[in-house]
Amino acid sequence: MLAAEDIRKTFFPGSPNEVRALNNVSLRLDPGEFVTVIGSNGSGKSTFLNSLAGVFPVDAGRMILDGTDITAWPEWRRAARIGRVFQDPAQGTCPGATIEQNLALARKRGQRRGLGPGVRRRDREMFREKLRRLGLGLEDRLRDPAGLLSGGQRQALSMLMAVLVKPRLLLLDEHTAALDPKTAAMILDLTVRLVEELQLTTLMVTHNMRQAIGLGGRLIMFHRGEVILDIRGEEKRNLRVEDLLQRFAEARGEEFTLDRALLV
Amino acid sequence: MTAYAFFGALEQGFAYGLMVLGVYLTFRVLDFPDLTVDGSLPLGAAVSAVAIDAGLHPALSLCLACGAGFLAGAVTGFLNTRLRILHLLASILTMIALYSVNLRIMGRPNLTLLGKPTLVDLFTQASGLPQHLATPLLFGLITVCAACALVWFLRTELGLALLATGDNPRMIRSLGVNTGSTIILGLGLSNALTALSGALVAQNQGGADVNMGVGTIVAGLASVILGETVFGGRSVARAVLAAVLGSLLYRLAIGLALGLRLGSFAVTPSDLNLITALLVVLALTAPRMKARVRS
Repeated sequence: MLAAEDIRKTFFPGSPNEVRALNNVSLRLDPGEFVTVIGSNGSGKSTFLNSLAGVFPVDAGRMILDGTDITAWPEWRRAARIGRVFQDPAQGTCPGATIEQNLALARKRGQRRGLGPGVRRRDREMFREKLRRLGLGLEDRLRDPAGLLSGGQRQALSMLMAVLVKPRLLLLDEHTAALDPKTAAMILDLTVRLVEELQLTTLMVTHNMRQAIGLGGRLIMFHRGEVILDIRGEEKRNLRVEDLLQRFAEARGEEFTLDRALLV
Repeated sequence: MTAYAFFGALEQGFAYGLMVLGVYLTFRVLDFPDLTVDGSLPLGAAVSAVAIDAGLHPALSLCLACGAGFLAGAVTGFLNTRLRILHLLASILTMIALYSVNLRIMGRPNLTLLGKPTLVDLFTQASGLPQHLATPLLFGLITVCAACALVWFLRTELGLALLATGDNPRMIRSLGVNTGSTIILGLGLSNALTALSGALVAQNQGGADVNMGVGTIVAGLASVILGETVFGGRSVARAVLAAVLGSLLYRLAIGLALGLRLGSFAVTPSDLNLITALLVVLALTAPRMKARVRS
């Protein structure tokens, strides 16, 4: 499904601020795999997701998605196959456009946009149905600007938009980190439901260790631009926070420092 | 203000209203400060005047002006998105380049249309109205049609992508839109409208002048802001309507100011830049003043 091979990325090369963000990162994902990604600040996990999305070109390495080499593709072209949800709820929607316009924009992801009506009548019913399943009452507010929604509502809408056209790969970059605990739980439930329902191949970055352990079938940990842990199957199912900390210490020969990672 | 001056302000308001729609499209929709309009307004005028001078139908000359304006805007877009030049600078570069281009097109600094049939003449004859009524009517029709077309366009798939490009470029790229292309398209459309505006102005005042574009952007911004402050609203249709009404209001205000006489002091056309600046300051601060008075 996805094969990333020896991805390398250095920011500000040759300057005093030089950062080796990704150091020969390789990762293979099977179709339908739900992988949680964990690591401390600056470990390279978000950089890795952004490099997959094509936000910036990488210095070396190849990315194959669905048998196609996408390494040289610009961000907008990759978006035809990759769905994304950002950490900041304001980033995922267009505040000036209405809810139905936002969904209509997502409805055309990866397709040619022409002079047909932006919001089609037959799509509106589908939008309403999908929104109804969120249980947030948004189905009655199709014509409200997305800018009027709360952070949780916007993030739920972003989630819906990311999968409205089924992506080959779904990238979630700490998409619950900016929300209060209750809202975060709601978005997480929605995430699990959508990923299972649509059998989405998913990479989910999180700072929350329990989330990383409790969700998905595979966990990878980034540290200083490298994947240092890759736990799956039986081992992943039985994993506890203490195990993870110990595995980290064994892998690096140092204690795991939690800048912002949460144990609870 | 005399009725004659009033109709004059209307005809100016509608003719420059097309340019104001263009400025609305770049400044408000795309969030792109585009000064190309100072060059694309006389570009439209020059192309139209040369075409008419060469014996083409005045309506056809408007189409040519639009095409030239679109190209000018696309050049600014290209400089910004493909060559990564800062938006403001990219538009200034196109603007000054257009000064030379316009001189080349006309072959001299100005070109009169005396004795040549303009759209205004044709419409006045066909309608049987006196010219001071026929001109605002003609320009009003054209501008209202353009405004409707713009609202329609902004509701299409492509138009929504354009709105989103200004509103949240990161999000719309993640939905598969090449924002570089939408910016080029938006700037092209904006400057096509501006060039059309210049063509109408040239046909109305009987000629094109290479310097007629000076201050276009300031007048355009003043109109957009004035319209927003007085008639503004959330929806795109409302904002487009506000832009056209803002243009009328701006020309009426200028018309009123020009008729102003305080004792021996009379406002002259050379005071217009000062008046425009004062109008913009007033329009920008009015909402805050209103809020303060209320609270």
